[in-house]
Amino acid sequence: MGIEIITEQCVGCQACLKACPFGAISLEGNLAVIDFDKCTLCGACVDSCKFDAILLRKEEAAQRDIAAYKGVWVVAEQYKGNIQSITYELLGKGRDLADKLGVELCAVLLGKDMRAKTDELIHRGAEKVYIVDSPKLAQYQSEPYSKVIIELINEYKPEIVLCGATSTGRSLIARVAVKINAGLTADCTGLDIDQEKGLFLQTRPAFGGNIMATIICPNHRPQMATVRHKVMKEAEVDTSRSGEVIEKTYSESVLSSRTKVVNVIEEEGQSVNLSEADIIVSGGRGLGKPENFALLHELADAIGGAVGASRAAVDADWIVYSHQVGQTGKTVCPKIYISCGISGQIQHLAGMSSSDIIIAINKDPDAPIFKAANYGIVGDLFEIIPALTKKIKSILNT
Amino acid sequence: MNIIVCIKQVPDTANVKIDPQTNTLIREGVESIINPFDMYAIEEAVRTKEKLGGNIIVITMGPPQAEAALREAISLGADEGILVSDRVFAGSDTWATSYTLACAIRKIGKFDIIFCGKQAADGDTAQVGPGISMHLDIPQVTYVKKIEDLTTDKAKVERMTEEGYEIVETPLPVLFTVVKEINEPRIPSLKGKIKAKSAQIKTLMAKDLDADEKSLGLNGSPTQVVKIFTPPPREGGVMLAGSTQEIVDKLVEVLKDECKSKI
Amino acid sequence: MDYLLTEEQNMIRDLARQIADEKIRPVAAEYDEKEEFPWSILKVIAESDLSGIYIEEAYGGMGGGITELCIATEEFSKACGGIAVSYAASALGSYPIILYGSEEQKKKYLPDIASGKKLAAFGLTEASAGSDAGALSTTAIKDGDYYILNGVKQWITNGGEAETYTIVAMTDKSKGSRGASTFIVEKGTPGFEFGKKEKKLGIRSSTTRELIFTNCKVPKENLLGKEGLGFIVAMKTFDKSRPGIGAQAVGIAQGALDHALRYAKERVQFGKPVTSFQGIQFMLADMGTQVEAARALVYSTAKLIDSGAKDISKLSAMSKLFASDVAMKVTTDAVQIFGGYGYMREYPVEKYMRDAKITQIYEGTNQIQRSIIASEMIKEMLRK
Repeated sequence: MGIEIITEQCVGCQACLKACPFGAISLEGNLAVIDFDKCTLCGACVDSCKFDAILLRKEEAAQRDIAAYKGVWVVAEQYKGNIQSITYELLGKGRDLADKLGVELCAVLLGKDMRAKTDELIHRGAEKVYIVDSPKLAQYQSEPYSKVIIELINEYKPEIVLCGATSTGRSLIARVAVKINAGLTADCTGLDIDQEKGLFLQTRPAFGGNIMATIICPNHRPQMATVRHKVMKEAEVDTSRSGEVIEKTYSESVLSSRTKVVNVIEEEGQSVNLSEADIIVSGGRGLGKPENFALLHELADAIGGAVGASRAAVDADWIVYSHQVGQTGKTVCPKIYISCGISGQIQHLAGMSSSDIIIAINKDPDAPIFKAANYGIVGDLFEIIPALTKKIKSILNT
Repeated sequence: MNIIVCIKQVPDTANVKIDPQTNTLIREGVESIINPFDMYAIEEAVRTKEKLGGNIIVITMGPPQAEAALREAISLGADEGILVSDRVFAGSDTWATSYTLACAIRKIGKFDIIFCGKQAADGDTAQVGPGISMHLDIPQVTYVKKIEDLTTDKAKVERMTEEGYEIVETPLPVLFTVVKEINEPRIPSLKGKIKAKSAQIKTLMAKDLDADEKSLGLNGSPTQVVKIFTPPPREGGVMLAGSTQEIVDKLVEVLKDECKSKI
Repeated sequence: MDYLLTEEQNMIRDLARQIADEKIRPVAAEYDEKEEFPWSILKVIAESDLSGIYIEEAYGGMGGGITELCIATEEFSKACGGIAVSYAASALGSYPIILYGSEEQKKKYLPDIASGKKLAAFGLTEASAGSDAGALSTTAIKDGDYYILNGVKQWITNGGEAETYTIVAMTDKSKGSRGASTFIVEKGTPGFEFGKKEKKLGIRSSTTRELIFTNCKVPKENLLGKEGLGFIVAMKTFDKSRPGIGAQAVGIAQGALDHALRYAKERVQFGKPVTSFQGIQFMLADMGTQVEAARALVYSTAKLIDSGAKDISKLSAMSKLFASDVAMKVTTDAVQIFGGYGYMREYPVEKYMRDAKITQIYEGTNQIQRSIIASEMIKEMLRK
């Protein structure tokens, strides 16, 4: 296996034991020993060893024609003919990456009757827009979308491809990555370039957000990543920008799909509001019962915000899943996040820690949320929230 | 119906904590469980078998202890378990994992539906399911929240989206990734647990897979981890104290500062 | 203590615990408040193959015995004694058939009980015949191919919810206690009706009703064993079922103790958690010791019964007596440890105390248990 302890260097300090997220290292005599059944070759131990006593080897893969791949691409997401804001966020970060590499930033747009929208992408920074327009691409379906993107990538060879970590994006790009044997990192919270090696650095949470991992894709192209909504900043609009539009057409076999979307149903109370909101008032187990969400709705309405919830409240059926904020819910990045009766487990923080200001109200002084909050209140939310609502209503009425 | 369910054994991440002194994961006492989303996949497979008859094979790629997850799946209603395990697989990223599982599934032979959970609670990538369907060149429907109609050659399902849901028709064979809304996983039965205890779990190693060596494990993985670190804990701020009115006044001040346009 | 259970017994315990934690705990307070019969839980128990763990495999059960029944009952009771007894009382109602049923009777009635499709209930007690079970007024008069039942049974657990009832009635009043017989009576038999649901202090999710027989014609094939065996059937049934009540009591006591221990650790008074005070520590120690002792007695007795031993009346009575007295003491102490909060319905312990009380009363009051124990001890001594 590609990892070994260099026993001459090992002093038995146990730093590697503590660093291993998989419990694969133990101490025997005074030397570290790796359990190969548990080791996943993640390399956390190599970083932690101050004595260079751990060696991680990887076979040199066949050199692919890496140099031929140039450019940063953003796969635009559209719904019912409208470009979704995640695309602008990707273009914002994409610009940063393209500048560091000194390469082009391009957008890829699939849909029906989308030609008028290419300007939007150019104004947001895309130097080129590859557009594939066909009635067969009006709605996302995994096969035609992935086949088209595979064709485009094979022809134009971008070195980096960014896509939204949405229900569409994640399903689509995973299929693409497999077909073209590219590396794909999901739900990245940090994207950067290693200038020395010209490599794409992708940072993402793992173990439920308890640790962060930085990932590279040294020998395969393109290097691909998905990013969640509201994690990156949107690119600014600059209507003076101009760019090239390249329209491609493909044959029946590329556009064909074995699956068929028969109907699309939009649901009320799917608060898209939550992802866009500037102020969110969020409730957790501390609310005690479902009826108490009414207090939060009242405050949110008064202040023009949206209502969120912790997983505990959703699992208890106090509020529908579309309000859930957290690792398995929505990622939000409002200006103000007011959390009420939420303990602040890592999985919840993963969904809202990029809020500008976090205000936390909880009865329990040891609740972990207080470590993340800008303003913490150990108190009774049933007194504070109604009082706050009342004061805000009175201010707005004067 | 020949049904395959892909599952993963993961640490119970809901209970993983950080040691505040060393800033590393506390692993002791953290149980290994079946990935929560996979429980819904297993349940849907069992319900499908109850409606239409058939056989359920549950498969996992993992270290030897992942066998326990397969046995648990059998106690819930799966018929057979296959463990895909070999040190050669260590260091696999999602590309290599989906390739390895696809090779194992090819070895199983004919199948009608592959059920996967939406994503794994430790990796959270949601890439392996779609990856498998691509390697096998079969259609996929992700985020399935309800199977409306199912026959031996086609299915009509509800697929959850950010805006609501879609109704999608697909021919079989097909791969579904499922979300929690699809069902409520059952409690195992005593007969199931007895069967699981004595079940013969088949193990497939790299040599059994007809796989391209270069596509397995760390060497077959386009991505690799260069660094693992614990995120710097977010700095806590100010604790507000005082009477309810004093606190409310302070909060209004904060809100005013941040949202000048609103209040 | 690890009772060194077999693999299958461990599986039963794990399953019952999972059902208790995932399904029973979330609804226990609500069902108690609303006095709602736990059909949803009994359905989950049935689907997990636990309904018939004490019934022979030949009749669709899992082939276990009293030990298995006690294991499951104890785990359910930790979450709710009322829901647990709805499960255990079905075993009580089945035992007359298991012990004295003919092959045809067993084949006809046990499979549905084993699969959880139907519940059973045992009808002995009457308004004027509680401890004095010999003073039964319900009669069963032979008439051709039938017995005509007349009378009223009182406080029957699962009354109205169960389909299969084992009823003790007088076939010959002149013979006194040798004049009673046991019958299987199905719900829906004309002349068999139910009284209102009783309002109780505790185990409120368990349904307790009167069984009213008015010229109820029961086929003669439904007689269990022979005429005159009625009380023997009842006594032998109780010998088997009493450890189950002991297990229910142990579960209730353990559940209350767990809550009290957790609370005492969290509650801070005088700047310290309440567990720092020796007064509380001593209470907890006594509670823990008593529960362990009660459990040991229940399971040793259960194991002895399952081994086929004949002389089990004394131990069976002891296991029920001791465990139920322990449950009452431990749950009362648990409320005390919670202090004012213990008295509030919003907190879980007062329910455990209310639920514990009945274990000292039904299936033979603890006074009757003492009579039985004394009588057996004297018999033993005289034999030597």
